[in-house]
Amino acid sequence: MRVNWSKYSAPMAFYPLAGRLIPWFSVVAVALMGVGLYMGFFVAPTDFQQGESYRIIFVHVPAAWMSMFLYVVMAVWAGIGLGLNARLSFMMAQAIAPTGAMFTFLALLTGAMWGKPTWGAWWVWDARLTSELILLFQYAGVMLLRTSIEDLRRADRSSAVFSLVGVVNVPIIYFSVKWWNTLHQGASISMTTGSKMAATMLTAMLVMTVAFWLYSIAVILARVRCIMVERESLPVWDEKPAVIQEVVEAR
Amino acid sequence: MNRSSMWEAVGGIVRRDLLSAMRRRSDAAMSVFFLVIVVSLFPLGVGPEPAVLRTIGPGVLWVAALLACLLSLARVFTADYVDGTLEQMVLVPQPLAVLVVGKVFAHWVISGLPIVLLSPLLGLQFGLSGESLGVLVMSLLLGTPTLSMIGTIGAALVLGVRGSGLLVALLVLPLYVPVLIFGAGAVTSSMAGIGGEANLSLLGACLVLSLFLAPWATAAALRIALE
Amino acid sequence: MQWGSASEFFAMGGYGLYVWTSFVATALCMVWEVLALWRRRASVRAEQRAALLGDTDETTA
Repeated sequence: MRVNWSKYSAPMAFYPLAGRLIPWFSVVAVALMGVGLYMGFFVAPTDFQQGESYRIIFVHVPAAWMSMFLYVVMAVWAGIGLGLNARLSFMMAQAIAPTGAMFTFLALLTGAMWGKPTWGAWWVWDARLTSELILLFQYAGVMLLRTSIEDLRRADRSSAVFSLVGVVNVPIIYFSVKWWNTLHQGASISMTTGSKMAATMLTAMLVMTVAFWLYSIAVILARVRCIMVERESLPVWDEKPAVIQEVVEAR
Repeated sequence: MNRSSMWEAVGGIVRRDLLSAMRRRSDAAMSVFFLVIVVSLFPLGVGPEPAVLRTIGPGVLWVAALLACLLSLARVFTADYVDGTLEQMVLVPQPLAVLVVGKVFAHWVISGLPIVLLSPLLGLQFGLSGESLGVLVMSLLLGTPTLSMIGTIGAALVLGVRGSGLLVALLVLPLYVPVLIFGAGAVTSSMAGIGGEANLSLLGACLVLSLFLAPWATAAALRIALE
Repeated sequence: MQWGSASEFFAMGGYGLYVWTSFVATALCMVWEVLALWRRRASVRAEQRAALLGDTDETTA
């Protein structure tokens, strides 16, 4: 059975598909989070150097990875939107930004929480944390650009251009901050766990990352559905029969 | 398409912008005054101790130059946007990206070059001397055009938008960070005795990269803004 | 099972504040995001319903 994927590029077709997918992604996400947290707290051993504080990596690293992945995915949708002039692509990019920004914020917060007991400071200017900070500014730029421009088409396309410019900037920032850290040799601190991680630690971290991925997909699909209805102003697409009856009778 | 007509168009833009700037000398003057004021604020805030000033000097000078560039972005497209020249630029057969390079070059000559020329004097205020002053000038010479190129992307994106002043800062400052790191780093390394060549090379690379990529992004942003 | 008691678990070897702040903040953000989306969806649907019902007096093109 061949699936005609291109029909889902129309918002009207994608809306119900997204609606059917959300429950699946949500349930599996929650389940995996449960597994990951269990492994993280009850299976992974205590770290030799950092004691129990290292367990923060089970949210810090997945959040940081998600913040980066989501930015790239958002930029990809932005690029597709600009290239194909497709409304749905722009709507997907619009839906991704808030979740990506949230993960960036969490990466920074948990990074500070990890840094304080480990290095004695709430903030360290290492390449990863500083890149996350710049990433947060870029997410803010994408979202503010959209809200500041009234014309929908211009807002879509402008924030798309900025997303693409930002995606080029992120690796450059990472490299330049690493360079800057070696330049000012006092602060060659790194936010990695240093020694090799035990297999269970790595597994728990990966499980949490996948869980975060699935959570993101569910949340983003839910948001894009709201965006579709808000923007397209089409009549309700999946109202219950009782409501439709009510509408019909009112006419 | 005619090669010479492209260069004629670019030359025409540069000449026109430079002429109008010479008539309104305030633009160049504003960048310079802003730079001097901001740079003077730091010793007032931090204290006059020479060792401290020498340490923070490169960073302060570079941040001030960066902020001066940022502020000057408000002027790069507004005049042409208001009188309709920008729409003309989009419509002519010459590639918009190339015309953008011309505009940015003129803008840099007006707003960026004065910063480069003034920097040795300001460097002296912070106790920089000899070779590091030279590196400072070189870093700004390579860096300010890059900042102009990158900044015009932001300026084009927010063309005609309310509250664009702050918005363009938020958009552009994350993009400025690498240039700042390499620029200030060049002077710092030179003062530390390591020599600024590595950082200056990286600055050169940024300039080349921005020269090739930024005009396309700016042209795309202009088209979007003018639709 | 590596925790002697529940209180050991919550203390996290002295790092309890940092560890639990991180996890609780993450959980709160996610819950907040989901709730906000739920509210958004509800208000969007309410608007749609109101628009549909309000439109019944006008002929639709």
